[in-house]
Amino acid sequence: MNPTKDTITIIVGTGTCGMAAGANKIHDYFADKIGEAAPDAFQLKRTGCLGYCTVEPIVDVEIPGWPRVSFGPVTLDNAERLWDMVAEGGELPTEFVLGTHSDPGEVIELRDVPVLWETPFFRHQKRLVLKNSGIIDPESLQEYLTAGGYRGLARALEMSPAEVVEEVKTSGLRGRGGAGFPTGLKWQFAHDAPGDQKYIICNADEGDPGAFMDRSILEGDPHAVIEGLAIAAYAIGADKGYVYCRAEYPLAIRRLTDAIAQAEEAGYLGNGICGTDFSFELLIKKGAGAFVCGEETALIASIEGKRGMPRPRPPYPAQSGLWGKPTNINNVETVANVPFILADGAEAFRRYGTENSPGTKVFALAGKVKRSGLVEAPMGMPLRDIIFDIGGGVQDDKAFKAVQIGGPSGGCLPEHLLDTRVDYDSLVEAGAMMGSGGMVVMDEDTCMVDVAKFFLDFTASESCGKCLPCREGCARLKETLNGIVRAHRDESPEESLLRFQAVTMMEDLAKVIQDTAACGLGQTAPNPILSTLEYFQDEYNAHVFERRCPSGVCTALLEYYIDPELCTGCGLCVRRCPDDAIIGEKRHAHYIATEKCINCGTCRQFCPFGAIKVR
Amino acid sequence: MSKINVTVNGRPVAVDAGSTILDAANKAQVRIPTLCHIEGLEPTGSCRVCSVEVEGRKTLVPSCAEPATDGMKIRTNTPRVLLARKQMIQLMLANHPDDCLYCMRAGDCDLQQMAEDAGIRERAWRRGEHRSHPVDRSSPSVVRDPEKCILCGKCVRVCDEVQGVAAIDHAGRGFDSFVLPAFDDELASTTCVNCGQCVAICPTGALVERSDLSRVWRYLADDALVTVVQTAPAVRAALAHVYGMSGGDAEARMVTALREMGFAQVFDTQYAADLTIMEEGTELLHRIQEGGPLPLITSCSPGWIKFAEHFYPDSLEKLSTCKSPQQMLGAMVKNYWAEQMDVPAENIRVVAVMPCTAKKFEAERPEMETEGGRDVDAVITTRELIRAFGEMSMDFEVLEPGEFDRFLGASSGAGAIFGATGGVAEAALRTVFYLLTGENPGPEDFEAVRGLEGVKEIELTLPDGAVVRGAVIHGLGNARRVMDRVASGETDYAFIEIMACPGGCVGGGGQPYGADLQRTAELAGELYEIDEKRVLRFSHENPEIQKAYEDYLESPLSDRSHALLHTQYRGRSQFSAEDEASE
Repeated sequence: MNPTKDTITIIVGTGTCGMAAGANKIHDYFADKIGEAAPDAFQLKRTGCLGYCTVEPIVDVEIPGWPRVSFGPVTLDNAERLWDMVAEGGELPTEFVLGTHSDPGEVIELRDVPVLWETPFFRHQKRLVLKNSGIIDPESLQEYLTAGGYRGLARALEMSPAEVVEEVKTSGLRGRGGAGFPTGLKWQFAHDAPGDQKYIICNADEGDPGAFMDRSILEGDPHAVIEGLAIAAYAIGADKGYVYCRAEYPLAIRRLTDAIAQAEEAGYLGNGICGTDFSFELLIKKGAGAFVCGEETALIASIEGKRGMPRPRPPYPAQSGLWGKPTNINNVETVANVPFILADGAEAFRRYGTENSPGTKVFALAGKVKRSGLVEAPMGMPLRDIIFDIGGGVQDDKAFKAVQIGGPSGGCLPEHLLDTRVDYDSLVEAGAMMGSGGMVVMDEDTCMVDVAKFFLDFTASESCGKCLPCREGCARLKETLNGIVRAHRDESPEESLLRFQAVTMMEDLAKVIQDTAACGLGQTAPNPILSTLEYFQDEYNAHVFERRCPSGVCTALLEYYIDPELCTGCGLCVRRCPDDAIIGEKRHAHYIATEKCINCGTCRQFCPFGAIKVR
Repeated sequence: MSKINVTVNGRPVAVDAGSTILDAANKAQVRIPTLCHIEGLEPTGSCRVCSVEVEGRKTLVPSCAEPATDGMKIRTNTPRVLLARKQMIQLMLANHPDDCLYCMRAGDCDLQQMAEDAGIRERAWRRGEHRSHPVDRSSPSVVRDPEKCILCGKCVRVCDEVQGVAAIDHAGRGFDSFVLPAFDDELASTTCVNCGQCVAICPTGALVERSDLSRVWRYLADDALVTVVQTAPAVRAALAHVYGMSGGDAEARMVTALREMGFAQVFDTQYAADLTIMEEGTELLHRIQEGGPLPLITSCSPGWIKFAEHFYPDSLEKLSTCKSPQQMLGAMVKNYWAEQMDVPAENIRVVAVMPCTAKKFEAERPEMETEGGRDVDAVITTRELIRAFGEMSMDFEVLEPGEFDRFLGASSGAGAIFGATGGVAEAALRTVFYLLTGENPGPEDFEAVRGLEGVKEIELTLPDGAVVRGAVIHGLGNARRVMDRVASGETDYAFIEIMACPGGCVGGGGQPYGADLQRTAELAGELYEIDEKRVLRFSHENPEIQKAYEDYLESPLSDRSHALLHTQYRGRSQFSAEDEASE
């Protein structure tokens, strides 16, 4: 743990995403190399996720006299060059160096290598929550402490619980799980609720498709979550807490389990924390993967061993939560903000973000964007800056069409709203929501009806089935969208009529679901439909009235035809067609019987003359 | 209690703190339709048809689940509310079969009524996906048709929270949700006790009793058979309520109605209730004198019996060995009456009209057979009886009063009150007091056991000064709480009366729809009135009972009464898989 001055350290980013990109193989590669060469001269470590998905796997190198340098993507093909540099003093492989971890302006050896934090992906970010992620060894308490860890808890324990609550209230921190409820106020309710036994719960049931900030924090900086929870427990008067983590996050659970053991050992958890009489026991409860268990009352039911279904609120968990006791529930990212607020003070936190949404927010930037990954931006940054400055704009320089924000509950915002500032209130005003921070960029080839259908499929299948509008209503909305993209020729006249009828009722139903569903899942489930209807009505019109998909995504609506000018009548397509839909005499232009064509596209693939077209 | 002032549709109303919006609306005499609401249980807010508008709230709020707060302005009939409600109903209909004409709930269906009230004349979402699931006819008492289920969850809550059985629960997610027994097993192989409380509360035809009415008509049509009928006390109480007359008037007209149906003899289950008191009272004294097993627990309620077999198999020896009055009467018909009238027992069919669905199960139990054959051949519920009247286009109100037939028709007021919780205990105490002292007590001396409190206690001082304590319980959830203490030896009760259904038989699962505790109390009131008006108040004074002992049974607990009127029960597993494995 205490390398000598000459030790060279190689650090492989092995979050789940890094591992998916092959980081374990890279780790094994360096382990083998070190074993063969000189085990004592090298140290091989792991770290969490730096968030820069596009260049995973990322490997950092610490060479005495140099600042830490990041490389990526490191593959088995180029790893040898990195090893050559590290072990043999070979040249620095400039084509996959990402940057140095030096402070901007610091005079360093490697003048030609950019400072990592000044490269486009990082330059506009403000990393408060992710500051340790991808930097420290998440399995080392010492590294967390060296990075300033548990300072917040130490300061909190010098204050009264009410003062801690006040500090968080002053910070203006709002719940990062989606709804943006003021965290300090939530703590206040739980603090004020009468009761000897109170609980704190960390909601790590991250379920939005494409969102992985909570996982990344748990994997990369588990002690930050533990510290935040200990502070929260102290503030509300809880002596027991649960982290409700989905079982699909085995690495996060393992890292957290280890970190809890370390924290107990070091006196940051357990009895008499930091020499005070405050005691706090933290347990992990694995969730079985139901999206609705992210809703706090469903989550509580799940911990209690019941079916994960929301129940009416009030009473709110702060009055009657787990086992009927006052309970405070915060999401992982919210909790991970707390150590900073306590360590550096509410005012330090308020320096970032906006008046009503202070601090930062982590986004999972994905879709058709050049640089995808986890990005942490100060609240209030315009969407355009996140997508174009941090994300580098649309892949292949295609035209931007929309950005989907807030996961399945969110909405799709078009280009003219790109200057919307990313904070809780502005997003809601624009018809989207913060959600947990999913941000999917869509280009001109995206069909917005298809996008709405995707998210509705998700919410419909994740509905718990308890309340009627969500259970039945989402199914009908889904059917209506399926009807829109269904091929006309598969329909009877009556079905066509019903399809039209359903379309006319769709918007009303969507609004009623918003108005009546029992929990956040149901109330927001129609958002993808309503926001695409609002901003991309013309695409719906094309599907419904013209029976065509302008983006060519909805295959059932495509019509294949043969350009008689180009067709030579070779007959290749006739032999390939699985449904005998192509008719024609040899050496004469052929013809596709549209009513028989199943739109498989095989003929087009095989036509040597490019005679088969789509409209 | 502090008061909260709200307005409902502009009408000011003050309600107690903690009241819901629905409570406030009720108080303001504003009707809000509900489906999933159960008075007295925690709200779940699942059906959302009771959603209303509250000033200042972004979305509609479910009135059944939302507490009223001071100054709240509630509107229950704005266009926004009505539109939402219509959509809710349309969504239910979109996933509900269209075979209302053939449904047992036709004309008496909450969903149908709600659609009618909302003026729905067309199915909005046609040809969409339907959830499909086979009908479960495995149970002799309850037929389950999950396709008619609207997932309001009331049955689940009643089965779990009221009855403590939890034989069914929500399974699957989202659109594929169903209310099912565990592992989608057949209901008959679960811990379902057949009490039918789920049937009574189901708003649609998803849970109905197995109808045995056509079998009854077949018996009646067969000239080779002598088909007799018996009716439980709670049936006449329900008829009194349905037809708006006193219990006594309903009783007399019911006898005539049953004769019109074609029954050869109309007997009274209350006769067998008196017989039960003779047997069970004597059994209690024996057990007290011979040192147990105590407490003696009543065995009239077949739902309770099956509950005990599943959950308290080690306490079964404490149950009275007496068969229920229904079975006793059947056994008496096929042995005693058959002999007296010289009718071959194999030609006799005994039909029972019961407020109960579990009685169907009980009648089919293998234990319930004597030399005369099956004690009871068919059981119909009060609801089925009323349907039979409908088939006959009978105007119940104008029927002439009739009288029960001889031999097995006379009953005391003590037999009548069997239908209400506490009735068995009260009737038994009247006779036990007599057996111990040789004198009758005042007929109302034991009325402390009346009323709808879940668990009531009573004390009886014996002539030797010893005090005997007893308990009266209704609802199996309450039974579970007491039985846990009995099983662990924490109680000193000498006897316990347990009725499976809330309120006793008057609140049975076979009674007309629309039960609530208030109606149950009213029906119990009818029975207490019948008792009060009877000259005969004590089971042991019933002349037909006395005659039966003189001519046939000899004495309570004689060999013959053991052969006809007593039985034993065996434990059942809580897990159907174990049953299969053990076979």
